Amino acid sequence: MRLETRFKWLPAPFLSLLLFFVWLLLNNSASAGHIVLAIVLAIGIPLVTSPFATKQPLIIKPGLAFRHLMLVLYDIITANVQVAVLILGPNKKLTPGFVKVPLDLTHSMPITILASTVSLTPGTVSAEVYPLRECIIEDNDLEQRFLLIHVLDLKDEQALINTIKQRYEAPLKEIFQC
Amino acid sequence: MIELIISILLLIGGAFVLVGSIGLVKMPDFFMRLHGPTKATTLGMASLLIAAMIFFSTKQAGVSVNEILISLFLLLTAPISGYMMIKSAIHHKLDSIERTKGTENIEDDV
Repeated sequence: MRLETRFKWLPAPFLSLLLFFVWLLLNNSASAGHIVLAIVLAIGIPLVTSPFATKQPLIIKPGLAFRHLMLVLYDIITANVQVAVLILGPNKKLTPGFVKVPLDLTHSMPITILASTVSLTPGTVSAEVYPLRECIIEDNDLEQRFLLIHVLDLKDEQALINTIKQRYEAPLKEIFQC
Repeated sequence: MIELIISILLLIGGAFVLVGSIGLVKMPDFFMRLHGPTKATTLGMASLLIAAMIFFSTKQAGVSVNEILISLFLLLTAPISGYMMIKSAIHHKLDSIERTKGTENIEDDV
């Protein structure tokens, strides 16, 4: 896990990239003037705001992150079809349930991403992260955390936990190296 | 030809959004109701936005890509709003239907 970037003037490289593209997309143009303005904003905004933000782990493996994003997008499409079938089918067949997934991730940023992907993928909505803490003082302590998820149609609890851990958590661990 | 593609995308999008809303009405308890709007609608909105993108790119000069931003923001906000709703539901100790498994996994919050 690395919290500091190599360049002082670029505290959050992926935020900068995102700001650059969002600015161009907002204006719906790629003219020279807008590109220059986008570069100025993409470098300026993270420089000004980074002192306020808590340090988050950086993406160490961008290639893997991109592949993981594609996998998640594909899963979102299949999830939509699966949930549509479940919704249109008879209610009585559904066996909802709460499942506690033990997490290997410790940092809040990767856990947020994991919780969001779980919410968007087949039949699961993330509900809570345990242990509950109102004010997190030190974010990088090695306490075991759990993700509570609600499943629309729970068949095999252990298989579901294994899928989430292998399919979504393992790549995140590698992307952030933590 | 392009109009045909746009129509198909609009139909798919409308169907998924409709399924999401049906889920909201049909499901027996709050936790199951949440599944429809958080998932079934994201694909519906995505295909509606792709249809809009194709339509405005062909009717106007130049390509229109603003719609990508809308889908990006939707993908970001859907899980967060779902999480906030389910968290408050747990806090208020809303009843889930009897056959719900694993309710003992819910810890009491203060």
